[in-house]
Amino acid sequence: MYQYDQYDQAMVDARVEEFRDQCHRRLEGKLTEDQFKPLRLQNGLYLQLHAYMLRVAIPYGTLSGTQMHALADIADKYDRGYGHFTTRQNIQYNWIKLEDCGDILADLAKVEMHAIQTSGNCIRNISSDQYAGAAADEVVDPRPYAELLRQWSSFHPEFAHLPRKFKICVIASEKDRAAMRLHDIGINIVKNDEGTLGAAFYVGGGMGRTPMIAPLIREFVPLDQMVTFCEAALRVYNRYGRRDNKYKARIKILVHEMGADEYTRQVEEEFAHLLEQGVEPPTAELDRIRSFFQPPEFVAGLPAKADRSDPDFALWIDRNCSPHKVAGYVSAAISLKPVGGIPGDASAQQMHLMADLAKEYSFDECRVTHAQNIILPHVEIGRLYELWQKLDEADLGTANLDNIGDIIACPGLDYCSLANARSIPVSQKISERFAANGKGELLGELKLKISGCINACGHHHAGHIGILGVDRKGVENYQLLLGGSEAEDVSLAKITGPGFNEDGIVDAVETVADLYLERREDGERFLDTYRRLGMDPFKEALYG
Amino acid sequence: MADRNTVDLGTGSDDVQLRFRNDEQAGIAAVTVDSFLDQPDAEAVRVEPGDDARDLLPHLSRLRLVEVNFPSFGDGRGYSAARLLREHGYTGELRAVGDVLIDQLRYMRRCGFDAFAPDAPLDEADAAAALERFDHVYQPAADAAVPIWSLRHG
Repeated sequence: MYQYDQYDQAMVDARVEEFRDQCHRRLEGKLTEDQFKPLRLQNGLYLQLHAYMLRVAIPYGTLSGTQMHALADIADKYDRGYGHFTTRQNIQYNWIKLEDCGDILADLAKVEMHAIQTSGNCIRNISSDQYAGAAADEVVDPRPYAELLRQWSSFHPEFAHLPRKFKICVIASEKDRAAMRLHDIGINIVKNDEGTLGAAFYVGGGMGRTPMIAPLIREFVPLDQMVTFCEAALRVYNRYGRRDNKYKARIKILVHEMGADEYTRQVEEEFAHLLEQGVEPPTAELDRIRSFFQPPEFVAGLPAKADRSDPDFALWIDRNCSPHKVAGYVSAAISLKPVGGIPGDASAQQMHLMADLAKEYSFDECRVTHAQNIILPHVEIGRLYELWQKLDEADLGTANLDNIGDIIACPGLDYCSLANARSIPVSQKISERFAANGKGELLGELKLKISGCINACGHHHAGHIGILGVDRKGVENYQLLLGGSEAEDVSLAKITGPGFNEDGIVDAVETVADLYLERREDGERFLDTYRRLGMDPFKEALYG
Repeated sequence: MADRNTVDLGTGSDDVQLRFRNDEQAGIAAVTVDSFLDQPDAEAVRVEPGDDARDLLPHLSRLRLVEVNFPSFGDGRGYSAARLLREHGYTGELRAVGDVLIDQLRYMRRCGFDAFAPDAPLDEADAAAALERFDHVYQPAADAAVPIWSLRHG
């Protein structure tokens, strides 16, 4: 894992002092609320429906056990004993007092963490593949490149007042587990025919009101020019991105309105100029960062199979464990989606346990996924059973990764000041329905994603089944969408037709799930069947 | 906390509150980019957020003052305009005017601004503290600050 040196530490320490001073000047009346707002946002501090919410950055979703313990301590000390892991691989605390914020940031800085640029119209936390460094199919560990971009984007003077927020994702395999093409910039580290690594750049994706899949604008940027290319892409956006309408201010709108070809031409022009400016860190810096991501000391010759005599455990292995690049190991997913639970929430006690288990079973490392679960990346197959037993005791052993119980949901109207409808109760009802009727496991991979408003924080556009909460004459109403995917087969979901009330949407989900079970062919997932059949039979089943 | 006596905020006449240059201060730039391009003698220009600073590049040698207007501090186009001018060799005064606030000063300095004419006068002790707070930077920009990667690798 990456470790701070004195420079990284000095930067986060200075940021703590800066934010304390900004809060102080706000309280003194030297800053108006309008002036203070972007400052607190760039420290991850939102004002929500009931309280301040603090979003803490988890760069590329990677955490040490010590850091996970610290997150648990913050939940206990400053919040109500729990935290919420987000679709951006971060953690949010929902009940924060403004006056505690400086102390929280100071506590974070002690474990090499921060809340820098987790909100606001700036470059946000860099996200990545949760299986980085472990996945059997990766070309290379993408995290060193994400860390290089983390440092480059932190306190970037030119890009702190962009037209709108800006999200970058870095992966390094053909399989996309991080919704790469639904980011403002998606980078896929690839190998060319000569065996050289480079970065494929996709620019202008995103969800929100106007979902867009990012087009490829450059197939291969040499790795020692990657930062410079990002800088060029951002500069063109900063120059031309719309500022007259916040709903049209994301880079996806610019790329769409200008056209990907013209946008690319301008980026290439700026890139050629910036290559002369010496903005790229030397390869020695990338080498230094890479040295922190060397594989842990895996043991050779470990057993390749677990004892599957306990059927609940066997199910958990099949559902929650992913292939590892080293024989004898897997990556194990800890589901934060127990039946009827709040997706992505973990208690302080659970966080402490996950931290201890990371240390004991996974070289002191864990990961946050964009689907709001936790991964232990490097677990010996022979020790999975004892791990699972400990997880199960703490209600963390649910076997439902990527199935209908593994719901992504935004905080919704229970917390969020932007929401039109609640997301959490709907996800709880669906989770309970499919646990009770026993169809959850039968359905196999079925990604269900719920947003409580059109801003799409719950990724409903990318759900095999998506649900969008809207306000219909003062009553919560839920639209159903089908056919989205955030993976390498990326697609945007389409609305089925008129919306449903809270109970109606649960029935509607069951209706489309049943149609799939009835019509599926060998090996088809829900998404495959939908793509083969099209919308009509589903509409017919729903609306008759 | 920064030592507030170590930062020389400079002095400027009229509305230029902070100035980090030793040459004689130019007046104000009442000329828009469009007018400037039509006036071969003009030495000063005012860049609005919607202007393309690249239009000025052929004329940098005759410019003594570029004012970049920030009608609202949240509109960050002026940062790119400033840095671009510096990257192309502009060495004259680069003045941020308008909604210029304490917490934006450091980034403005990094993008090449060396004079500030805020709509509302800034508390100079707060300004000095804000400019001094960070000892290091992660990336090169239009100032002389040496990025951390350079300190690491010499």
